[in-house]
Amino acid sequence: MEHTNPTDAAPWRPRIVAFFCNWCTYTAADLAGVSRMKYAPNTRIIRVMCSGRVDPQFILEAFARGADGVLVGGCHPGDCHYVEGNYKMLRRYHLLQRILSDMGIEKERFRLEWISASEGDKVKSVINDMVEKLTGLGPLALPDQRAEWDREMDILEEKMSVAETAEKEGTHA
Amino acid sequence: MKENGEIRIGFYICHCGVNIASVIDVERIAAYAATLPGVVVSRHYKYMCSDPGQELLGSDIREHKLNRIVVAACSPLLHEHTFRKATENAGLNPYFMHMVNIREHGSWVHEDKELATGKAQDMIRAAIRRVRFHEPLEKKRVPVLQDVLVIGGGIAGIHASLTLANAGKHVILVEREPTIGGHMAQFDKTFPTLDCAACILTPKMTSVKDHPNITLWSYSEVVKIDGSVGNYTVTVKRKPRYVNEELCVGCMECIEACIYKEGKWPDEFNVGLSKRKPIYIPFPQAVPPVPVIDPEHCVHVKTGKCRDTCVAICGDRNAIDFTQKETLTDIKVGAIVVATGFDIFDATQIPYYGYGKYRNVYTALEAERLINASGPTGGELLLPDGHKPESIAIVHCVGSRDVHYNRWCSRVCCMYSLKLAHLIKERTGAEIYNFYIDMRAPGKSMEEFYNRVSEEGVHLIRGRVADITPQALPEGSDQGGYLGKLVVQAEDTLIGRVRKIPVDMVILAVGLVPQKDAEEVRRMLNISCSTGGFFLERHPKLAPVNTFTDGIFLAGACQGPKDIPDSVAQAGAAAAEALALIDAGSVEIEPNTAYIIEEDCSGCKSCIPLCPYTAISFDEAKKKAVINEALCKGCGTCVAACPSGSIRQHLFEDEEIFSEIDGLLTYA
Amino acid sequence: MPEKQKPAEKRKAPEKPKVALYWCSSCGGCEESVVDLAENILTVIDAVDIVFWPVAMDFKKADVEAMPDGSIFASLINGAIRTSEQEEMARLLRKKSAVVIAYGACAHLGGIPALANQFERERILRYIYEEAPTVINTGGIRPMTTYKDNGHTATLPVFRHVVRTLDQVVDVDYYIPGCAPTPKLLLDALLALLRGERPPKGTVLAPDTALCEECPRKDSKPTDLHFTEFRRPHAAPIDPELCLLAQGFVCMGPATRGGCEARCIHGNMPCTGCFGPTSRVRDQGAKILSSLASNLDAQEDKDILKILEGIPDPVGTFYRYGLAGSLLRRALKPL
Repeated sequence: MEHTNPTDAAPWRPRIVAFFCNWCTYTAADLAGVSRMKYAPNTRIIRVMCSGRVDPQFILEAFARGADGVLVGGCHPGDCHYVEGNYKMLRRYHLLQRILSDMGIEKERFRLEWISASEGDKVKSVINDMVEKLTGLGPLALPDQRAEWDREMDILEEKMSVAETAEKEGTHA
Repeated sequence: MKENGEIRIGFYICHCGVNIASVIDVERIAAYAATLPGVVVSRHYKYMCSDPGQELLGSDIREHKLNRIVVAACSPLLHEHTFRKATENAGLNPYFMHMVNIREHGSWVHEDKELATGKAQDMIRAAIRRVRFHEPLEKKRVPVLQDVLVIGGGIAGIHASLTLANAGKHVILVEREPTIGGHMAQFDKTFPTLDCAACILTPKMTSVKDHPNITLWSYSEVVKIDGSVGNYTVTVKRKPRYVNEELCVGCMECIEACIYKEGKWPDEFNVGLSKRKPIYIPFPQAVPPVPVIDPEHCVHVKTGKCRDTCVAICGDRNAIDFTQKETLTDIKVGAIVVATGFDIFDATQIPYYGYGKYRNVYTALEAERLINASGPTGGELLLPDGHKPESIAIVHCVGSRDVHYNRWCSRVCCMYSLKLAHLIKERTGAEIYNFYIDMRAPGKSMEEFYNRVSEEGVHLIRGRVADITPQALPEGSDQGGYLGKLVVQAEDTLIGRVRKIPVDMVILAVGLVPQKDAEEVRRMLNISCSTGGFFLERHPKLAPVNTFTDGIFLAGACQGPKDIPDSVAQAGAAAAEALALIDAGSVEIEPNTAYIIEEDCSGCKSCIPLCPYTAISFDEAKKKAVINEALCKGCGTCVAACPSGSIRQHLFEDEEIFSEIDGLLTYA
Repeated sequence: MPEKQKPAEKRKAPEKPKVALYWCSSCGGCEESVVDLAENILTVIDAVDIVFWPVAMDFKKADVEAMPDGSIFASLINGAIRTSEQEEMARLLRKKSAVVIAYGACAHLGGIPALANQFERERILRYIYEEAPTVINTGGIRPMTTYKDNGHTATLPVFRHVVRTLDQVVDVDYYIPGCAPTPKLLLDALLALLRGERPPKGTVLAPDTALCEECPRKDSKPTDLHFTEFRRPHAAPIDPELCLLAQGFVCMGPATRGGCEARCIHGNMPCTGCFGPTSRVRDQGAKILSSLASNLDAQEDKDILKILEGIPDPVGTFYRYGLAGSLLRRALKPL
């Protein structure tokens, strides 16, 4: 089973999976680094060539695997290195946001931001802001939720295995 | 998608001196990585990018038969190439190497060592899972066209063009004004050496005109750019100048002959300080030395009814051609040097400096023209009322180093202000007061120049000017056209007192700002801008003339404020980069293209309209979509949108990204 | 749960392979699809012994319990898993069978019953036993799981909080998709298994290309499709020749495994996705979403949202048959 935190003792901190486009947002995150800006260490960045590469499955997978938030970063509208991959992501974002909302996942947990290569400070402010909002919302912890849901089947499993053991003992006796 | 064969991963974490190791516990991570499935070798090393670091990687590949490499170090945008090369040198396909960015995205942005180490641990776990799915890939090579486009004919564009042309490359230099020369042509003398701008610039301009390898298209604009590195198609709009460049001999008699005997419209080259006719030449040494007709004001162009005195005087040279039309021409080039220059800060934005309100407040560029021997006053510095100014204030940092306007230092203003102080003092003997915040004189011979000017008796007052107001005249006094003095108020921070100095003239040392249309040009070029709006270089130190778009290089002040020596140096560098690219004859392209598994594709056509490069087409015989890998740029949008998961992307396969997501979030 | 599985083929040679069919949370259509084999059912009966099929034959749970473990050649279980009884039967059949096949959309991915994963259990029970317009239940009586009367105890299955796919409860070997599967798929799968063919575990026994491949309207789909609006089948006339997406109807065909013979399309209705995604896709809803949204003809937020108003229930539309098997599975704070 997967755990949402490495040790139970560690205080909970939101975990964010970020998909950053190579040309704008990933570069902006590099710039934030070169500029030694300090921001919350909660985000794990996955580099894609374009925000248009971000398959909604990736976002759902991240949530399903225990992300508390997913951040997609792309070039500003009109600035896409590939003309309009970011618009494709924007359209998916709106539809996916509705699905997430119907499935009880707060809209703050999924964020799409346009961050250009020069906006290192925006990487910092967006991540810090998102961490703050997610901290307010608390854990999403889908793997734990799922384990919790599946606990309702344990009783039956236990009962069946007891019966089986009894049966086997009966045969041996 | 299956993992490929037995996986033997080598993991390397770089200390980067102390850049990484001071925040991230590299030893702990190396020990942790060693426990992960598939990891055969796990090491930490001081500088992975160093030769011994790369050799370490190489010898491990050979000795331990590694077939996957994960390097946790700096940004892949910086050193991915290095480690791919090292991997390749050791006989392994370079695409079996994957980098984890724990410096720019790790140690440099986090302070809490424990959390930064935890984050790095997640990231390397993701990478170690990801590389399992990596496949050997071949780089694509595409041929590079040999012509180069240079956009902008200021000193940077001129220098870049000449450098490339001298190396035997054909250059198309596109300049939007009727002449090349840019801002430098407007200057009188240049700091710190005080050589005359025209004297050093005009020979270079003539060389451009005469160079067999340079095609100069002045009065033209680039309107569209398609294609990519090595193969750009550029559409150039050529505006009609109504004077045939081939036929004109540059005698300028047509200008003389115009039905307008005097200039009537503001002369752009003299920043509106003089008037020109509808047919004019920006300045005598303009290149090309061909007049231009302003269609807004030429009677013939406007009404078709004119005595056409210009045509008459031109006679059988027949250079005046009113039939010229705007044309769009496509050219094909392998590389592009962008040298679009800068604009000056609009001083009317600062109302308390009175520019545009008081007639004796000038910008530095206007002052340049006023003291220039070929300027509107023939080099004599006169006030609008005809008086000679006896006292002049030069206000530094106008629109620069100011949170309300632009935060950046425009780099050239201190020095040109000193230059103006020197030149004006030399010519008029006026008292000069330079108001500065800090005197910035870095660079060769600059501090010496500052010392020289300060010893010449120019008053240097350390204080930012608070406001400029007209001095009240004694009651009843007849102004008689006299402008009166302006009082410049500033706190002299060296003596701690507010000073109010009455002067006859104020010169505002306006800063440098991006060209007004820099944003549109940037979009057209598909490059990025820095915060202030200047074009963004690929790396501030290591790739200062490259952009994030391969094959497009930056020269001069379009990348940020700089002086002439720096612009020329950068132009040379941009030319060299362009030369290195086109001289190689071909360029390697990342093999990150999308591809369709034919038997998986249902032919639903959903992907076809998504491709901005029309790389996807529908094979009517097979009823399947097909990707032309030569046209694919590797964005992956179609991959994400394929509803049946039948389009894949090299280097960014679904399984690779899923394994990264899972690796980040699962504590093994 | 360790269990000794005796391979069916090692049992007495002359005996025909035993097959069990079971019905969990489903509409009965899957059972019907078996009957739809029509004369082919005789081929099946010739080849196998049906040892358990509650809907058609009088076998009891005790009969199954009495069978040796692994003695059933194949169990075809249809329906999602919602109650403790279904769980128990699924486990029992798993234990007794060499091969377990999730039969039909509900067992495969949750099916229509799994749409209930959007709602809290209490809300469902309250509606069914109290609020539904056809219910008169003044005492607010709810079913109880145990009831004692006259010294006897009656037990009812527990209604779980979550609807599950079969493979979320027991190990599943193969899947036959569809609501309901076509008789052809069933016959092909059974005959292949009987011939001793064993595709890799987890295989969905249907073609692995999307429906468009076999769609009769494939040629009418333009290569430059953009969506300016979405229409709903009940609210607009449907051209019987033209690609449904080209008409602005949400058709799940591009994201749905083929093999259904395009039955809905032949009936002039858009595909609703019952065959589930191809093997290359983890989440069918996410994929059709990505495909449709990417092709919206709008750049501004408000224009995008305006077009998306044409899809009033994205979960119900994109996950009509697959919510339990989707990446999210169940709403977090269900209504």
